[in-house]
Amino acid sequence: MIPLVLKRPASRLRRAVFLIAPLAVLLASVISPAGAATGDENNVIRWGGDSEGGFPFMFPNPKNHDELIGFEVDIVDEIARYLGKKTVYVNNAWDNLIPGLTRGLYDMAINGLEVTPEHEEAVNFSIPYYKTFLQLAVRKENLDISSLEDCRGKVVGTLKDSYAQMVLEELGDVDIRTYIVEANTYEDLQNGRLTAALFDSPIAIYSAGFNPEIKFIGPPIGEITYAIAVTKENSGLLRDINEALVHLRDTGRLREIYDTWNLWSPIMAAEFNDYSPRAVEMTRYNEWAETHRPEVALSARLERYAGFLPDFGMAAIVTMKVSITAMFIAISLGLGLAIARVFAPGWAAAAATAFIEFMRGTPVLIQLFFIFYGLPSIGVKLSPFWAGAVGLGLNYAAYEAEIYRSGLFAIPSTQWEAALALGMTRWQAMREVILPQAIRVVIPPITNDFISLLKDSSLVSIITMVDLTKAYGQLAAAYYDYFGPGIMVALIYLILGLPFVKFSRYAERRLAEQDKGGKRGHDNFYRMSARWRHTNLRSKES
Amino acid sequence: MVNLPEESLIVIKNLRKSFNDDGGVLNNVSINIKEGDLVSIIGPSGCGKSTLLRCLNCLELIDSGYLRVGDVELKRDRPDQRPNEVMLDAAHKIRGEVGMVFQGYNNLFPHKTVLRNVTLAPMVVKKMSPDAAREVAMKQLKKVGLEEYANKYPSTLSGGESQRAAIARALAMNPKVMLYDEPTSALDPELVGEVLQVMKDLDSEGMTQIIVTHEMQFARDASDYIVFLDKGEIVEYDDGDVLFTQPRNPRTKEFLRHFTGMAVAC
Repeated sequence: MIPLVLKRPASRLRRAVFLIAPLAVLLASVISPAGAATGDENNVIRWGGDSEGGFPFMFPNPKNHDELIGFEVDIVDEIARYLGKKTVYVNNAWDNLIPGLTRGLYDMAINGLEVTPEHEEAVNFSIPYYKTFLQLAVRKENLDISSLEDCRGKVVGTLKDSYAQMVLEELGDVDIRTYIVEANTYEDLQNGRLTAALFDSPIAIYSAGFNPEIKFIGPPIGEITYAIAVTKENSGLLRDINEALVHLRDTGRLREIYDTWNLWSPIMAAEFNDYSPRAVEMTRYNEWAETHRPEVALSARLERYAGFLPDFGMAAIVTMKVSITAMFIAISLGLGLAIARVFAPGWAAAAATAFIEFMRGTPVLIQLFFIFYGLPSIGVKLSPFWAGAVGLGLNYAAYEAEIYRSGLFAIPSTQWEAALALGMTRWQAMREVILPQAIRVVIPPITNDFISLLKDSSLVSIITMVDLTKAYGQLAAAYYDYFGPGIMVALIYLILGLPFVKFSRYAERRLAEQDKGGKRGHDNFYRMSARWRHTNLRSKES
Repeated sequence: MVNLPEESLIVIKNLRKSFNDDGGVLNNVSINIKEGDLVSIIGPSGCGKSTLLRCLNCLELIDSGYLRVGDVELKRDRPDQRPNEVMLDAAHKIRGEVGMVFQGYNNLFPHKTVLRNVTLAPMVVKKMSPDAAREVAMKQLKKVGLEEYANKYPSTLSGGESQRAAIARALAMNPKVMLYDEPTSALDPELVGEVLQVMKDLDSEGMTQIIVTHEMQFARDASDYIVFLDKGEIVEYDDGDVLFTQPRNPRTKEFLRHFTGMAVAC
């Protein structure tokens, strides 16, 4: 057995936030138990997972996107049934499952969480519910390779930053190709770019088990152990879960679940000391294989994409809600900051400048983490929506403030003098004369920022919200298809931003009509610039 | 000096103002101006004409000296005396009593129509109702001959029209005195007359006006008094004809020599 050092990141998109995971775990372990889980009622058990975590752990049912399925979902249901409790599912990004647990978002976390020393510092783990290994796969006609050692000198594909990659590196003399999406790996294996692919067994089974061109080969490699996490304080629940797991194992119910999902293996047989033959059909696996055969007709595909629209629609509403709320915060707070920076007494201007520089100078991702997972330790607990809107709003306020400031400076000082000479106070001059003109100057850059914010709002998926980007990840993972849904989501983002672009153009034109003497001014500018381009061309020719 | 402080609308005593430590722009200026007078300030470039005007309506706070416009007094003993609430309050009140027209014609608010330019201050500062402000504004626009232009934007106006609109805007606040900082210097020659005519009309209505100008002919014809300012000091302050025909000070003579026979200068 090869010792397990790296945690086993089960799915592709987990990689995207791989780097910040240690930070989140650190935050979670530093935070006081203020956010410790408390089952609100004795008959409800709140459990956290990542619906994007992927097959076969938990994923949206291809036939009904609102339903979450997977062998881990079945296990949770069985545990709850044994304990006589109802379940409430809380979605959270996989990398944040443990911070979310210590923050009290849910009572227990389950989603391919491994028992590692770092994890054990932050939370307690139940007894293992599943053990698995790495599976080697080759094309069916390949007879050269029968074990990991045969891969020396060959091209082998695997998941980036995974346990499998580490195993291959330790083997040495292997040309390793790393992938973000496992589907691509098996495609490349099939078309000959790779000689072999090494993946966690469940992923291998669900990615290529139904593919007649590919065969699994060799003995189990390594060992990976999954368990359920609960907070250190909640020893009562840990006892209950362990009792339930022992009961489910001893009654054979767990075995049944693994059989229906086609996840039973010699390692599990040894672990559960159960060498009996299969008693139930692998119905769940067959359903999966049925919907994921590579040769799906185009019309069926398009029909499937049409079925995505309601999901993307709901997610687009979330994206818009967060973006508009955040922009509202950014625009109002930014105005205050700009005015403070330009007109307020020294200390207030310094404070505004410090805020702006701090917010601009630190990543918005860190700010969102801090607000959502960090602030509860001082008693500030925001809902995911408000944490996202406030986090993005504060960050963008810094940028808006600088845009406003440049807008204010763009107004000639003679406008100030004219207003003051008419007996206005500074505030009246600001409100009636300077601001209305400054706003005209800043409409284009602010529109620019809003579109940027619209896209940055995808970050809220790390604090448990299902926005467009998250919905894309979920559906793509469920269907094993990143192409069509990717184009759909890109188009939706584009369409969401369009009205603001249009509004900006309209406002710009209208204001140009007032300020520059009809459209003349606006058009003059273009004529002048055209003439300039023309002269440039001519001078090049001569 | 020509006028006694008691009967004067405007009193300036020992006014000093400088922008750097190296010498003053205005050194110890004192002057009294009677109600209804039209006073022209002339002098070479950089003599402090504009600064004097800007001090008069408190766009620049004086370094030291005494300033009275109507009933509002502003006093500052030393340049190092911090501007206190009393001073700032007085400065704000004085600005309310004084109308000002600037040199360039880009001082109208470009985002508002001519009418809204004129009604803005009465509504915001004097809290007039929109209807009352409109009535006042139309009266003043008619006076400067721009009632037809009420709903146009400033960018569509000529330089002369802009300056007349600026005059109407200042008049709408019902000021005790009107200040003009070279109101025609940025205008094409053929547009100068219409602006000067408005000032003459106002003079005949009894408005107190102070004009910094290079229009020597206008200064001589229309002014009740002319101030010749040089190097931050008042060199001569006298009746228009007297100052032009019998200047007492050699500096005045030297300055006027440049303009002999020129109706329109600069």
